[in-house]
Amino acid sequence: MNAEDWRDGGFGLYIHWPFCQAKCPYCDFNSHVAASIDQERWKRAYLSEIRRIGAEVPGRVLNTVFFGGGTPSLMDPDLVAAILDEIRATWPCANDLEVTLEANPTSVEAGRFRGYAQAGVNRLSMGIQALNDDDLRKLGRLHSLEEARQAFDIAREHFDRISFDLIYARQDQTPAQWRAELREALSMAVDHLSLYQLTIEQGTAFGDRYARGKLAGLPDEDNAGDMYFITQEICEAAGLPAYEVSNHARSGAESRHNLIYWRYGDYAGIGPGAHGRLTIGGQRYATDTGLSPAGWLQQVERTGTGEATRTALRLTDQAGEYLMMGLRLAGGIDLPRYERLAGSPLPSNTLEDLQEMGMVQREGPVLRATKDGRAVLNAVIRALLPE
Amino acid sequence: MTDLAHIRNFSIVAHIDHGKSTLADRLIQLTGTVAERDMKEQLLDAMDIERERGITIKANTVRIEYPAKDGETYVLNLIDTPGHVDFAYEVSRSMQAVEGSLLVVDATQGVEAQTLANVYAAIDADHEIVPVLNKIDLPAADCERVAEQIEDVIGIDASDAVRISAKTGLGIPDVLEAIVQRLPAPKGQRDAPLKAMLVDSYYDSYLGVVVIIRVIDGVIKKGDRIKMMKTGGAYPVDRLGVFRPQMEDIKELGPGEIGFLTASIKQVRDTRVGDTITHEKKPCAQALPGFKPAQPVVFCGLFPVDSAEFEDLRDSIEKLALNDASFSYEMETSAALGFGFRCGFLGLLHLEVIRDRIEREYDIDLITTAPSVIYQLHMRDGTVRELHNPADMPDLTHVDHIEEPRIKATILVPDEYLGDVLKLCQDRRGIQMDLTYAGSRAMVVYDLPLNEVVFDFYDRLKSVTKGYASFDYQMIGYRQDTLVKMQILVNDEPVDALSVMVHRDRAEQRGRAMCEKLKELIPRHMFKIPIQAAIGGRVVARETISAMRKDVTAKCYGGDVTRKKKLLEKQKAGKKKMRQFGKVEIPQQAFINALKMDD
Repeated sequence: MNAEDWRDGGFGLYIHWPFCQAKCPYCDFNSHVAASIDQERWKRAYLSEIRRIGAEVPGRVLNTVFFGGGTPSLMDPDLVAAILDEIRATWPCANDLEVTLEANPTSVEAGRFRGYAQAGVNRLSMGIQALNDDDLRKLGRLHSLEEARQAFDIAREHFDRISFDLIYARQDQTPAQWRAELREALSMAVDHLSLYQLTIEQGTAFGDRYARGKLAGLPDEDNAGDMYFITQEICEAAGLPAYEVSNHARSGAESRHNLIYWRYGDYAGIGPGAHGRLTIGGQRYATDTGLSPAGWLQQVERTGTGEATRTALRLTDQAGEYLMMGLRLAGGIDLPRYERLAGSPLPSNTLEDLQEMGMVQREGPVLRATKDGRAVLNAVIRALLPE
Repeated sequence: MTDLAHIRNFSIVAHIDHGKSTLADRLIQLTGTVAERDMKEQLLDAMDIERERGITIKANTVRIEYPAKDGETYVLNLIDTPGHVDFAYEVSRSMQAVEGSLLVVDATQGVEAQTLANVYAAIDADHEIVPVLNKIDLPAADCERVAEQIEDVIGIDASDAVRISAKTGLGIPDVLEAIVQRLPAPKGQRDAPLKAMLVDSYYDSYLGVVVIIRVIDGVIKKGDRIKMMKTGGAYPVDRLGVFRPQMEDIKELGPGEIGFLTASIKQVRDTRVGDTITHEKKPCAQALPGFKPAQPVVFCGLFPVDSAEFEDLRDSIEKLALNDASFSYEMETSAALGFGFRCGFLGLLHLEVIRDRIEREYDIDLITTAPSVIYQLHMRDGTVRELHNPADMPDLTHVDHIEEPRIKATILVPDEYLGDVLKLCQDRRGIQMDLTYAGSRAMVVYDLPLNEVVFDFYDRLKSVTKGYASFDYQMIGYRQDTLVKMQILVNDEPVDALSVMVHRDRAEQRGRAMCEKLKELIPRHMFKIPIQAAIGGRVVARETISAMRKDVTAKCYGGDVTRKKKLLEKQKAGKKKMRQFGKVEIPQQAFINALKMDD
């Protein structure tokens, strides 16, 4: 039964495009700024990887494809089309195959939206990040608010499903300002929003500045907490409740691709730095690829695989991953499924304590983190993870 | 064997950082005792902790051969003693084994409190004293002023003080000449029965117990059967030698000489510093007066963070105790911390040294509880009990009154910080005994309760005087005062390891400070945690740690799973360094840091 555990989450494909026009100071994703990109060469590598993975997990129904980055809206629409064609030729695709592409809202990129739609992209995830020019500059974004709005309008013409990202708990941001900004975002009539608290990551420009004490005005834990709860309250009132810690959607408009991660399904990762979870021959593996774009390309060309490591996951590891990802969802986790993977139930005294504190709720086979519990989910998970 | 006229035995008296170890290094170096390539800083400080902190903990000896200007070669024996107040008693004992002292004073700083305490010990031991002014190469050196100060404060002639720079080597030959010319040769009779003083001993994992001796009369040889007159133990001498500073075997040691012996002695506890060593068959008529063993004055609990390491902790404490008779221990059970040991130390530095060694050499994470002094409980039935641990405080209805140990503290401080020092001493319930001036520096003497000093007094003193004050103390006895036991409740449960004895008038203030400190030290939990200080059933201070408001990873997608899970697991493992009290996790350092006052 565990051998097919992934089926409870589905199967998706993640394509990583590692290039950006500029590196944002807060971003710790695998992105690079390159002078020129040989898109033909990248195409050959991507197609080769699709065929390789297709041979490993043939015949599965593919639920979703996600172009992430980096900035995938820098890809030629032809490249996107070729990749999607190859995917359709490799796996049987679900009738409602979701194909998402991440886009930056600049005018240049908006010009490619039509091409992406024609290639088969049916959902756009836009990195707008802030709704005022001052903060956009501080976040190192290359677009203005006006430009973002125009790009959003263009996207509306071509895609039924659009989401955008905003970052909150920014420097000098007050809860009142965030409340107003969020209302404005909701008035743009989106059906999906990803709302992230600014996180200072090591190895980023913000991380360096923070370490040197040069990143002033960040809200403290209590203020950031206030903004988090404001976010929950406003989005819920607007009919976009949180279905995950940082993701809000109208019912049915959730990102199905991301749900595969949180429901702990299988996903193949293609491109530099892409991670996968793939069940092959009854064993679930964690896979990853080299981070360097040039290195990944060469590896694919020379060896026929972009994979760097493949680690067989023990069932207990899988249980921990399922717990960590699943509790992010408002829908929570299925306890019998967890127990099958872990080989034992979650510690009942810890669960009782957490229930008593109002951090988790049990409803039949389902365990979910409450609203309060999701705000401190790391602590909840630490308590539940086995020693 | 060297004849008496060609022997000089001496020690070096100095305040910390005034250059004692550097001078010792130079003397060793200049006389070619150690080959140049084997020189390393602070040759005599054997332990890592000694080198790191620049302090000497155990007494060390070294034998130097010096061809003097008079054409004769002299044997100079240096006993290097600890400079820190915790080990003052050891210093005074070691002084008995030599005839003279070099008094090293930093010519840029002048006389400090530790200098005073140690030089008085030398004077008490009837030493000839040669003043040495060090660091004369520095622009801030003021030899005239410092020499005057030595005369004023200590009362010894400093007109012919030797002026040196131990760092550059300037003046070192003059020091060697002064030792030969100005210090007296030892006295003793070669033909008399063996009488030797047990100066110190330590445990060596290869050799067993190594005993440092000073021969007074007679001759000791390898193979002799010796007897310790106090402990009664009899042993054959396996090995006899001197430190140069490495061990070097020697055939015999005669009157005036200092060296070591090994004799299949199993543990340091079998030897007593100050004991008289003589021949079993032909003992000397009268033993040396001997010394009282050093008494621990500060007690604290040591508990393993991981309770599974209790046996390892026992093992490490037993091993350390083999080499340190001044350190005492007994098993302790705490409701909060489980099994551990209540340990007694000579002072806080001694405590820190032992704790560091257990953590470092035996790799055991420790929880150290609040240091406590020994209180004398005068019970209603007329008996007197010693209280080493506030947790053991009996029901007050049985206690008539409590007495606490007091000290006489001597502090030297530049005039401009005097006000802050007086305030600190007053705040700590001090009674001023004396206030005099030596130049622009004040010397204050205070009668203080040891429990106010034992914890962070020295840190506070350093901080209010920007490091310019020096401090030394001696015990002066017990006195009655209104002392109460204060309990700390975390999440409504008393944590016995945080109980402290405090003066009634200071209880509220201390309680508030401890609650505030604990609020900082205990991380937020998913629920709010009340912290209270209480005397009996009465709460005197209260703080609340508010519940954790937000701790969640904003982004967690397919590529983040491995990394984020590792991070959470690492954080979870980190929590093992904390102790669980009911539902509250308290970090190990909180037990000590909760007491640090920022007053």
